[in-house]
Formats: sequence, C-alpha cells, structure tokens
Amino acid sequence: MTGHSWLDELLATDPDDAGCEGTFQLLDLYVEAQLSGQDIERRFRGVAAHLRDCNPCREDYAGVLAAVRDTHSS
Amino acid sequence: MPAAETTCGEGPSVEAWRRLDSESREWLDGLCSAGSRRDDTLARLHRLLVRVARSEVGRRNSTLRLAGPELDDIAHQAAADALMAIDAKVHGFRGESRFTTWAYKFVIFEVSTKIGRHFWRRNGVSLDQEEWDRLPDRVGLQPHERAEWNDLVAALRRAVDEDLTDHQRRLFVAIILNGVPVDALAMELDTSRNAIYKALFDGRRKLRANLAADGYISDTPSRAS
Repeated sequence: MTGHSWLDELLATDPDDAGCEGTFQLLDLYVEAQLSGQDIERRFRGVAAHLRDCNPCREDYAGVLAAVRDTHSS
Repeated sequence: MPAAETTCGEGPSVEAWRRLDSESREWLDGLCSAGSRRDDTLARLHRLLVRVARSEVGRRNSTLRLAGPELDDIAHQAAADALMAIDAKVHGFRGESRFTTWAYKFVIFEVSTKIGRHFWRRNGVSLDQEEWDRLPDRVGLQPHERAEWNDLVAALRRAVDEDLTDHQRRLFVAIILNGVPVDALAMELDTSRNAIYKALFDGRRKLRANLAADGYISDTPSRAS
C-alpha cells in the first residue's frame, strides 16, 4: 500500500453507510442472508457499506458469522 | 397463545411469532414463561453464550495475547451482560432471523466491549499525544515511499488543523495516529462506538474535501469510480 492509497482509503466514506447502530440492528439478518447465498450487497447496501469502513463492526460481523457456523455445524 | 403474553410485556407480535422456526419458538416460550421453566431457559442460554464468547475471545486472541484466565474472565463477563441485554430486549425480537443468531450479536458485541476495557490495562497509549512521526510505520510504508509521504502527511496535518473540531481531532489522533481501538476509546470517553464513528465519518469527509481542493487526492474515493 502506498501513502496515497492509504489516505484514499482512510478518507473514503459512503453516503449509504448504515452506521454502527443501524448495522447492529440488521446484523443477524445480514449474516443469515449471506449464509443462504443471497445478494447481501444489494439487499443490505447500507450494512455492506458500513462493514467496509468500520473495523470493530466488521470484527463483530466475523464473530457472529463464526458463531452461527460453529453452532449450526456442532 | 404465544407465551410472549406472559412475562415479555407485549412480546413479539403475532406476525413475528408465526414466522419463528421451532427452535426459536422454544427459546422464546421459555424466556417468556415464568418460574422454573424460565430459569432453566436462562441457564441454558447462559451456557450457550459462554460457549460462543469463549470461542470468540479465542478467535481474537492472536492479536490480544491474553492468558487463559483473562480470556475466561472476559468470556464470562460478556456472556453475563449479553444475557441481561437479551432478556431485556426479547420483546423486540421480530423473528426475522433465528433466535440464536439474534442472540449471538449481543454476546459478540459484549466481547468487543470487554476487550476494549482490557486495552487500557495493558497499554500506556496517550489519547492526546500526536504520533505523526510513527504514521509511516503504521501504514507500512517502504523507505523509498517516504519522500512522497512527507508532502502528503504535511497536507493531512494542515487539514486536520484547519477543518476538524476539537472533538474530531481528539478522535482522529487517538484512533488513526495512536492506534487506540474504537471500543477502548468509547469506554474511556464514556460514549458509544456509533457516536465516535459518526463524528469521525464527518471528519473524514471534511479532510477529503480539503485535500481534494488542493489536488492531493480525488474528491471521490478510488473504489467508488
């Protein structure tokens, strides 16, 4: 990554971004939609935009996804 | 009759109740009932949340480097707080996902919060000291890229001085320059992850506009084009 690309990414914002609270509200639906093969980018545009830019919410998303996969397979 | 009409206030709507899969219905029946059935359900849910929290703390521990007892402590605290949150909010569950998927987001969020709290016990990071000189290492720049970087970072620093509010600047310094995790900062400032994100979101837009006006970057992110 160059300094320029880092800065471009750091300052990238999406007007559709659902925010942390909006994403939390829909996270369970987002995860299940993903696991069932739905087009989550289209159905949950704001959540997908938020998860691209918010590290802690992206980490939570990965955690919920892992938990569902683990418990449903056990 | 939905058990939600007993101890879950108005409870999930009839429409939500009809949507439920059998396992989710069993969870809700138990949580919304009274006496030993409710106690048994809470105990079963707590065991599930502890299991998920332990797994999640383990998943994140490659960067945390915590010892076993600390991991277990975080997992138990997260599960206990998540159980309270779920019990308080179960009336709002709309049955659009499985109950367990809905419940997991609470315990995962609590794991994040507990790990954020833990950050301050292990790190002596300053909130306000501006570590501009360490930014190239954070970004992972190679030595030959640093000449271009010097111009860019000088422009960024000027934009931060000119356009950010004191609050936005404090958040920018703590998170971007000093590497404080957002959840740790939220706890220290007694605010929420969402409030920090929104303030920085507005700040990032202002910084892009400033740098774009001077030709350092495009006014739209390259990933949008």
